[in-house]
Amino acid sequence: MRKLKYTKGIWVAAVAVVGLLGLSACSAPSAAPAASSQSTVDSGMTGMSMAPSGTAGQSTSAQAGAAATNSVAIKDFAFAPATVTVPVGTTVTWTNSDQDPHTVTATESGSPLRSPTMNNGATYKYTFTKAGRYDYLCTIHPFMTGTVVVTP
Amino acid sequence: MTRRQLLRHSAWFGAAVVLTVAGGEVISQVADAQNPAPAVDDPTALRFVQISDSHLGFKGSANSAVEDSFAHAIKQVNALPYRPDFVAHTGDLTHLSTPAQFDQVKQMMSELKTGQVFTVPGEHDSIDDGGQKYRQTFGAGTQGDGWRSFDAGGVHFIALVNTVSLEKLGHLGPDQVEFVRKDVAGLSSDTPIVVFSHVPLFAMYPAWGWGTDDAVQVLSLLRRFASVTCLNGHVHQLFTKTEGNVTFHSATTTAYPLPKPGDGPAPKPLVLPAGKLGDALGIREVAYHKGSQALAIKDVRLA
Repeated sequence: MRKLKYTKGIWVAAVAVVGLLGLSACSAPSAAPAASSQSTVDSGMTGMSMAPSGTAGQSTSAQAGAAATNSVAIKDFAFAPATVTVPVGTTVTWTNSDQDPHTVTATESGSPLRSPTMNNGATYKYTFTKAGRYDYLCTIHPFMTGTVVVTP
Repeated sequence: MTRRQLLRHSAWFGAAVVLTVAGGEVISQVADAQNPAPAVDDPTALRFVQISDSHLGFKGSANSAVEDSFAHAIKQVNALPYRPDFVAHTGDLTHLSTPAQFDQVKQMMSELKTGQVFTVPGEHDSIDDGGQKYRQTFGAGTQGDGWRSFDAGGVHFIALVNTVSLEKLGHLGPDQVEFVRKDVAGLSSDTPIVVFSHVPLFAMYPAWGWGTDDAVQVLSLLRRFASVTCLNGHVHQLFTKTEGNVTFHSATTTAYPLPKPGDGPAPKPLVLPAGKLGDALGIREVAYHKGSQALAIKDVRLA
C-alpha cells in the first residue's frame, strides 16, 4: 500500500518536472545570479521541516500564503518537495538522508547551484539572490529532479 | 494487474536468455542458434570479456568489500582457459570519481591478462567534472566525451558515452550521433556491430533512469546491419531483449545488486542474505565466430 502510493508519487513528480522544464525553455533567466553558497556536513541535524504537502505540480502561487519551505529532503532517490518557492534572499538547505550519495546540480550550465557529492547526512546550502526558476538534478541519478522558484 | 505489475511484466517479456547451470557457475548463456555449443570454447573465435559496475570506493552493507570483489573478478578473467582478445569495462569503475578511486581502478585493471582494455564511463565516473578525471585516466585514443570505435575479428565495435550530458535519462547528444553516422557510413551491412554503453540503449525502466532518451537516433543508423549487439551495464543485473535486428544484453556488476525494475521505491543497493552476494556478481564472456549471425554470450558468476 505504502509502496504503491510512493511509486505513484514518483510518477506525479516526474510529470510535473517535465512540465516545468518545458516552461523553463521560455521563462528561465539565463544570467547566473551572483549568489553565495556554502556546503557543510552535519550528520547531527535535527528538526528538518518537511514540505507542507507532496503535491509538486501545484501552481506556485498556491504556496505563497503558506509558510515558505526552505528545506528540501533527499530521500528514497527523490527531492521532497520537488518544487519549492522562496523569496529572494532565502537560503535553501538540502539534506541527504539516503545511504547513497547524491548531488544538487543545476541543469543549466553556468549556474552556480552545484553541490559537492553529498554522502549520507550531508547538507548543502545555497542562498538565492536573484529571482527566477532554478531546475536541478542529481548527476549520479539524473532521474531525480527538482526546481526552486525564487520570487522577487 | 496494477500498472506497476504491468510495467514489470512487459519489461521482462521477450527475454531470450537461455538459462543454464553448468558446474554451478554459468548464470545464463545465449549461443548462436547455428552453433549451440558456446563459441567461447572455440580457439579460432574472437573472444572478449565484459565487466561492469565495479564502484571502487563504495561503502555499504550491500558489499563491504567491493575492491576485493573486483580483484576476484580480475583473477577470474586471468584464470580463463584462453587469453581474451580484450576486456571491456562498461562503466561505474569508481563510486565517487575521486582521484584515488581512479588511480586504484587503473592499477587493478593493469593486472588483466588481455590484449587491450577498453572502458566507457558511468555517471559515477563523471559526478562533478563532466568526466574530466575519467578521460585523464582512460581517455587515450578516444574522441569527444570519450567515445571511440575499433575493429576486431571481423566485428565493428562502437564504445559510446551516455552519462556525461545532464538529462533525466542517459543521453548521447548530437556530436556522438554524428560520430556514429560517419563511423558506420562505409561499412557493409553484413558487418556484425557491437555497441558498448553504460546506460542501456533500450527503455529498461525509464522511471529509474534505465534508458537513453536519444538512443533511437543511433539505433536507426544501425538498422541496415544484419547483426547488432548492444552490451551495457548500469542496472547491475542480467537482462536480455531483442528488438528487430538489435539484441540488448545488460550485464551484472562486480560490486552489489540492484532491485529488479520497479521493485521498491528506488534503485537502492540490495542487501542479500549472507553468502548470497557472489551469486549476483559476475563477469561476461563473449565470443564471435566468423560467419555466424550472432555472438555467443556466457554470464558467469564470481566463483
